[in-house]
Formats: sequence, C-alpha cells, structure tokens
Amino acid sequence: MKYEPPLEKISENIREAVLGHGEKALKIGGENTLPFHSFEGTLPNPPGLALEILDTEPENWAPSVLEPFEDVVSDPVNWARKCVEVFGAEMLCLRLVSTDPLGKDGSPQAAAEITKKVADAVDVPLIVWGTNMDEKDAQVLTEVARVCAGKNLLLSPVSKGNYEKIAQAALEHGHAIVAQASMDANLTKELNIVLCKFFPPEKIVVDPTASALGYGLEYTFSIIEEIKQFGLADKDKMMQMPIICDFGGDCWRTKEAKENREQGILWEATTAISFLLAGANLLIFRHPEALKLIKEMVV
Amino acid sequence: MALKGAEIMKMLPKTNCKECGYATCFAFAMKLVAGGAKLEDCPYLDPEVKAQLEAAMAPPIKLVTIGTGENALSIGEEEVMFRHEKTFFHEPGIAILISDKGVESEIEEKLKRINAFDFERIGQKLSINLLALCFESGDKDKFEALVKKAYETTEFALILISEDTDVLFSAAALCADRKPLVYPITNENMSAAVPKLKEFGVPAGVRGASIEALVSVTSDLKDAGIENMVLDPGSKNMVEGIQNQTLIRRAALKKGFRPLGYPTIAFPCFMYPDKFKETVAAAALMTKYAGIVVVSQADEHFILPLLVHRFNIYSDPRRPMTVEEKVYEIGNPDEKSPILITTNYALDYFIVSAAIEETNMPAYLCIKGTEGLGVMAAWTSGKFNGEAIAEFFEKYGMPDKVKHRKLIIPGVAKKLVAELEEDLPGWEIILGPLEGSDIPKFLSEEWTA
Repeated sequence: MKYEPPLEKISENIREAVLGHGEKALKIGGENTLPFHSFEGTLPNPPGLALEILDTEPENWAPSVLEPFEDVVSDPVNWARKCVEVFGAEMLCLRLVSTDPLGKDGSPQAAAEITKKVADAVDVPLIVWGTNMDEKDAQVLTEVARVCAGKNLLLSPVSKGNYEKIAQAALEHGHAIVAQASMDANLTKELNIVLCKFFPPEKIVVDPTASALGYGLEYTFSIIEEIKQFGLADKDKMMQMPIICDFGGDCWRTKEAKENREQGILWEATTAISFLLAGANLLIFRHPEALKLIKEMVV
Repeated sequence: MALKGAEIMKMLPKTNCKECGYATCFAFAMKLVAGGAKLEDCPYLDPEVKAQLEAAMAPPIKLVTIGTGENALSIGEEEVMFRHEKTFFHEPGIAILISDKGVESEIEEKLKRINAFDFERIGQKLSINLLALCFESGDKDKFEALVKKAYETTEFALILISEDTDVLFSAAALCADRKPLVYPITNENMSAAVPKLKEFGVPAGVRGASIEALVSVTSDLKDAGIENMVLDPGSKNMVEGIQNQTLIRRAALKKGFRPLGYPTIAFPCFMYPDKFKETVAAAALMTKYAGIVVVSQADEHFILPLLVHRFNIYSDPRRPMTVEEKVYEIGNPDEKSPILITTNYALDYFIVSAAIEETNMPAYLCIKGTEGLGVMAAWTSGKFNGEAIAEFFEKYGMPDKVKHRKLIIPGVAKKLVAELEEDLPGWEIILGPLEGSDIPKFLSEEWTA
C-alpha cells in the first residue's frame, strides 16, 4: 500500500491582528491551518507571548514567582522595563488590580495615568486588563482608551455586559479589544456578531477564559479546538478571530505551583503548551522562565 | 469503522434465515456496524468471507497491550482526532528511561524513587506505567542485570531498548512473560527479529526514519504475521513529533490506511537534554496522539504535571465529573457554622471540602447542581447565578439551618455578589478566596457567625 500524506488544505484564514504600534508592533493570527501544521498550510506569525505585570504590589504571590520581580514590584514602570529589558518580553499585560471594586476600588483616572506611564516607558505592545467587573471595567477601560489614544492597546476584557462602551472608546482612540465569553463557543460567536456591527473584526481577539492544568484545563483546551474548527474547517467568519489565553495567575494560585518552584514553572508551561496545541494565538505568562521555555520550543 | 452496513450486507448469505437472531441479513449487517452483533452469530458465513469482514471491520487503530495483569497498558483503538468529537479512550503510557550505563547505586536509587511514587487526584490514583530499559553500556551482562532487577523489584510494564538485536532478544527472553515492548524493530533487523517476536509473543516497537519508511516496515511485519506494533516515525523534536503523529492518526482514522493503524511511541528523553523541555514535550506529545511517551526524569515534580495533564486530556468530555447536588454537612455544623457554596463540578467539591476539613471548623458546604460546569461557566449558563442559588437556598431550607445570615461564595464569582445581594435579601454575601488552598486561612481569620 502506498502512503500519501493525508493533507487537509483549508481555504480560510484566522484573521491577522496587529497589536501595539511602531517598530515593535506584533502581528498574531493569520494562519490557514491548525497549530503546528506547517506541512499543510501557512502560519505567518508565531504565537504572541506576553508577560504579566500589576499596577499594584502583588499580594499572596508564591515566592518563586515573585522572586524574578522582587526589586521592581513596587513600581509598574520599572516592572515593565525589567520584563522587556531583562526577560526579553515582546509584549506585556498590565493588570489594573487597583481598580477592583471589591478591593481598593481605585479611580479610572489613576489607573489610566499608570497605564500611560507604562505605555510610554516601553515600546512593546501592551494588553491592559481590567478586573472582570463589567461596569467598572467599562469606566476604567474607556478612560484608558482616551488617555492612551493611538497606542493601539489591547483592552480586556470586553463582555456581553459592557461591550458597547468599551468597543466604542477603542474605535474612537485606535485600540484593539478582547471579547470575552466564558467557556462557550456559541457565546463567543454571539459576542463577535454584535461587536462586528460597529467594530472592525480585525481588531478583536477572543478570550474563551482559561483554566489551569488540573483545574479545568480540558474545558479550555476543547473550546479553543472547537472555535478553530468552526473558523477554519466550517468557514465561520465570526469564529476566525485570534484567541488569547490568560492563565499565569491561575497556575500560580494552585497548591501544586506554590509548593515547588520547578513544578510551578512546569505547571504554567504545560498549561501554555496545551493551549498552543489547541490553537491559541496569544498567551499571558506570569513566570519569565515558563515563557522562555515555551518560546525556545515553539518559536 | 471502514465498512458500511450495505457493503457488509453484500457479503452475507442473504437468506434471511433469522438464525442470528435478527429478522433479515440487512438488520444483522446494520447491527454489526452499530456494534452489538458478532460475525460468529451468522452460522452460514463462509470462513474466507468472515476473515475478510473481520479485517475490514477491525478498529482503524489496533489495540496493543504491553505488560500483563493489573499493570498491563493497552493503547490504541482511538476513534477521533479531537477529544470534543467524542473522547480519547486509552490513556497513553508514561515510561521512565533507565540506562544501564549509570552507576549501579544510582540505578537502584532511581528504581526506588519510581516505586515510591504515590500520586492521587480527585480520589483517583495516578501512576506512571512503564520502565524503558536502555542498553547503552556495551556490556550485555550489565544490561541483563538491569532487566532482571527491573523485572524482579518492580511491577511496571517494560520497554526494552537496544540497537544490538541479539542483546535485545536475549533480554526479552528474561522477561518475556511480562510481555515487554521490544524496540527498535527496523527494516535492517526485521528478518532476525520476526522469529523471536513470534517465539516470545511480545509487541514490536517499530522504528522508521520517516512515516514512509515506517509504512514499508509495518507492511512487511504484517505479512510476516506480526500483529502487535507500536510506531516510532523517528521524530527529532516536539513539533516534528506532533506533525508525524497527527499524520499517522489521520491516515489511520480518515483514510483507513492499515499500515499506520497502530498506536505510537515518542521519545522526549532523546529529543531534549533539558529536563524542563523534555517534560513540556512529553505533555504536548501525549496531547497530540502519542500512545507512549518516554521521559528520563524520575523526579516527582516533573512527573506530577504529566500525570495531571494526561488525566485532564483523557477525561471524557461527554461525562463531566460531578458530585450529587445537596448540602454536605462537614463535621456536625450548627446554627453558627459558616455556609459555603460551589458547583457540583467534582474538582470544585473535592478542593473545597478538603480545605474545610483541614480547618477542623464544622461547616455547611452547599453543592449546587450545575451539570459538572465550574463556577464561571455555570454562571454564564444560568446554573449558578443569583436566582439559581436563591432557589437552592429555599429548596434545602438554608435559612432554618443557621442563625446568622452570611454566605461565602467562590472567589472567582465576583459578578455574583451583586446578583445575590438582590436575590437573597438580608444575606451578607462574602467573596471567598480565589484559591481553594487559601480557604483554611480565610475561615480561621475571617469567619465570625
């Protein structure tokens, strides 16, 4: 019996999104095949690998994930610089923990100011993450959008409950957005449909919400695979946005990561590789060693 | 299944004799396809036709068993490319490499460590499956001593690795009754290997430099009467491994290509000297279709992520792991005890109940039925929102169980706070910690009735 490689050519593409601006802007997505399937299609852009920083000094971080940043956590600008200059991060995710209405409940203005400082201090693309509270995120991210006009930030998360305000502000001030729908491919599609009525699809990245290894990883894995199947094999235009996974924090909150440094790095790295295998285009890491490991293996 | 009912029908006697228990030959054919009927049920089937049908109806990926008894590993018989299409059926084996080149005391230490592994998750024991014994010393006696030691002092299934075919089979003779996987069987050593494989009845780890090269070896082995094979397409790194294993599975499942219809083996231990990379590659290669991965680490911090990873990917998406909806009373709670609520996703229940037990503080743990969805997914789908939880409270009479009016909800469910304040008027809604492991600290520091 003669062997013919069973190739599957796909005529559709995942949309290509451009994040950031200037020389260090990064493209993600754009592939017309499944992840790592370079034998039957093209994957023009390697996955985006971002490092996470907080606008507030972290509480309760495991010592082994705090250690790389110990000298900079009190200042988000220094923290951002270290990630880029020392750890070679090509993208950052600034988490606006200070604005959490159930925590410090800081003002949108203060958060926007910090964001601006960070965005001015580094030239890599910046993801700006709220606190997953619809109403507050709408206030904070619209203010961030205004203050950082033209930086082409990736504002996150945008949900069914607040998409109009944030997307409108992103449109007005030249930013991209993360459309978040929890663990359900149909909800992802629904949100994309309402967004695309007034927002450019190439500026949307979708977040199916991610879970750590051992804590629901398989759900995230399969939903990403499903979304990619819908987008590529079934040619559903509303399922062709690049996918982001935010899991570093979830990984480092597990007892397995806390109890041992090496195990923690592997917890984050194996979670990351699973999502890349499923089809994620953009990952947010907490530990620079985990990011480095994945980068060396896939890029 | 390669054949359709109508195609099978053509090969049956078409007499509708009913002796098989079905009204017509066609009904019998359909039942054969669906599963439930066996070819033996037809008393008039020509033996030659029966053999043809058997071959055509065999699963597209053969089930291969390595080892015996409780520690046997069965791999193959997979049906889908993506777990959400159905499920993955047979967990891949995790093998730990032991070279005979090492110092004896180190080998002994490694075996001891592996024997002592004891991992558990959600009430299930997680375990590695195989020892991969590798001839590298050039000293046949040394290798045989290693094989004997592994055979006598452990109960794991075995893989024997030797580029020297004579040494390979002299070692196989020492442990043939444990049905080790012998590796590599190649185009070069095939003629010497076939009689031995048959004599010992052991599965063959077949290596080719590429998929094409593999196809010619497996075809020849099949013609020589060898049935049980595990394939190694010679992948040199993680990405190549993913690609090769994807093509092999696709050829078997979608094209019914028999020469590749076997499970595969991958060797992260030979791909990456770095132990972190080796582990990540092993996780990736298990996800994308390896039947066995061989790693060199016997360090529990490197093995646990792999075991949990396999546990996740091979869990059955058709049956979320759930526990019963009810109010679990932990340690005789009374009217002053805290009330915590979470979903009936088994992992949520196990994490939270274990954390409460750790505090020694009696508590009511409300498990709301969410069909196995975790907190956020259940919230999105309306199974764990304010209204649903208020109903649960009513149904189980929570207000009568305690004098206080405080409810602790999962830390990730921030969006629930406002909803519950509306749907459970008079109750104070307290956001618990984000992580289950912080519950003991949280309860002991924050809880007052």
